[in-house]
Amino acid sequence: MIARLFEGLPPRALILLAVLFAAALAAPLIASDYLLTVLILIFYFAYLGQAWNIMMGFAGQLSLGHALYVGLGAYVTASLFVFFGVAPWIGLLAAVPIAGLAGAFIGFLAFRFRVGGVYFAILTIAVAEFARLGFDHLSWTNGSAGLFLPVKQYASNDLWTLRGHPVMFYYLLLAASIFALVVCRALLKSRIGYFWLAIREDEQAARAAGIDTFHYKMLAVVISAAMTSFAGVLYAFYYNNLFPEQVFHISRSIEIILAPIVGGVGTLFGPILGAFILTGLAETLTTALAAAGIDMPGAKQVFYGVCLLLVIVALPDGVWPWLKARLGLKETQP
Amino acid sequence: MPFSIYLNVAVGGVLTGLVYGLMALGLSVIFGVVRVVNFAHGEMMTVAMYIAITLFAAFQLDPLVMLVPIAAVLFVFGYALQKGLINAFITRPEHTQFLLLVAIATILVNVLLIVFGPDARSVQVSYAFDSFEIGPLIVDATKLYAALAAVAVTALLFAFFQYTALGTAIRACADNYTGALVVGLDVKHLYALTFGLGAACVGAAGVMLVLIADVTPAIGPAYTLLAFVIVITGGLGSMPGALLGGVLIGLTEAMAGLLFTPSAKSMFAFAILVLVLLFRPQGILGKRPA
Repeated sequence: MIARLFEGLPPRALILLAVLFAAALAAPLIASDYLLTVLILIFYFAYLGQAWNIMMGFAGQLSLGHALYVGLGAYVTASLFVFFGVAPWIGLLAAVPIAGLAGAFIGFLAFRFRVGGVYFAILTIAVAEFARLGFDHLSWTNGSAGLFLPVKQYASNDLWTLRGHPVMFYYLLLAASIFALVVCRALLKSRIGYFWLAIREDEQAARAAGIDTFHYKMLAVVISAAMTSFAGVLYAFYYNNLFPEQVFHISRSIEIILAPIVGGVGTLFGPILGAFILTGLAETLTTALAAAGIDMPGAKQVFYGVCLLLVIVALPDGVWPWLKARLGLKETQP
Repeated sequence: MPFSIYLNVAVGGVLTGLVYGLMALGLSVIFGVVRVVNFAHGEMMTVAMYIAITLFAAFQLDPLVMLVPIAAVLFVFGYALQKGLINAFITRPEHTQFLLLVAIATILVNVLLIVFGPDARSVQVSYAFDSFEIGPLIVDATKLYAALAAVAVTALLFAFFQYTALGTAIRACADNYTGALVVGLDVKHLYALTFGLGAACVGAAGVMLVLIADVTPAIGPAYTLLAFVIVITGGLGSMPGALLGGVLIGLTEAMAGLLFTPSAKSMFAFAILVLVLLFRPQGILGKRPA
């Protein structure tokens, strides 16, 4: 099983992976507080991108509402913790199934009626927006006034209740990203993965070949939703405040999918590379504009938009496939 | 509450809905022909709204008078956008097109933010508080003018597609891309024309909307979503469907604002969308895709 995960990877790729892993492990030792928060953001988006990629990159179902699952994960664990003192790891047992069910609900609605492509994408937006407005009016979670987690100065890191320093969240997100990478690789190498690719490439043909497309598309949505909700848990306990207007907003959903698209949809390393590029770019722009003395709200986003435009025009398949060929990391076909 | 209040709110909702319908029509025309979903639709409308507001503030030009010039500006913008950028993307996967338009939307929103700042703006025309009394009914003059203009623009567009050679050519592209190429139509040019027309529609809708709603740079995405909801409810690619969807959503939002709380009104629009996708995915007046 383990051996299969590394099957076909050239030695050069293995060395590169080992070096990157060591660098990521050692990063908090040398990184400043600021750099650490940037790295946390990078791995947050890398993990989320990986989860989204299962739906779009593997099974070919474009979801533009992944903020829904992040928000559900965040709200369920945070409210259980705030109101009942339930530790987030126990809260996960409720949050992950709820997010999975939400995914199953959307998938069931859409795939039963053969709603696909653009229509499916807009259905996912609609459900996420519905949830945003719903949570805005839900008095139980304080509605639009926001839900706050108790914060104080922590002498040590409490992993069980996720109360502590950013370093803890860094290692958690790093572990989550590596976990997601391994899971995705394992899925792609499995029967399920091959069925997903068949559905992505030609759904009619896949059905004709005897694949239960409804079943496998549902599987993709549920796995993706469940994985995404875990990022929501970390979001809630890292930022300690939740507003429906922010958590469920459409722009959060768009943020989630930028990294895998820029990195390369359907690739395993694309979401990670994309997260590094985009978060790195955003932070560099902030620093550069501050250094140039330009204090203009919106200026950073305009540059960001222009860069996005250039990337998508120049490398429509994403940066990773291009980089991979340059680095000579092409996998050998078995 | 007396019955006349419901009636007044309903009429207001229908009139606003007609303007929404024109906005959504732009999206529908673009998708129906070019097969690209314009994720920058609401943002393009805010551009038109700011042009109208600036012209009014500087020269006291009535938005209704500036309707045609501003729509023309948006037409040129849409034409250039399709010709310069989107034409290269029409055969690429949906998510790539999506990202392209999201990038354009991001740039538009933030350029507006830099130029105009984050505060809400509006236009105070001399007839802002005029109204017509018809029996128990009180109709706002601004809403009535805006709705009438929306209907007029829609009728013009419909006539263009139905009765002119150019309109027929565009419909041919929509029906059969390869066929249109075979008979020697300049498809790329026609696509650019269509995107321009869609942009002109949403520009015209934006000019009328400044009469009845405030605008901020950040409002764009909400209108993009609203346009999607309307177009899918009415039927993507169906011109009467867009108008009908607009009226339906306008009416729903107005009644929900009256009966529940105004901040939750969009929930009902999204609920309608989910119901439509469930029971009639092609939309109320849409044709089933072959």
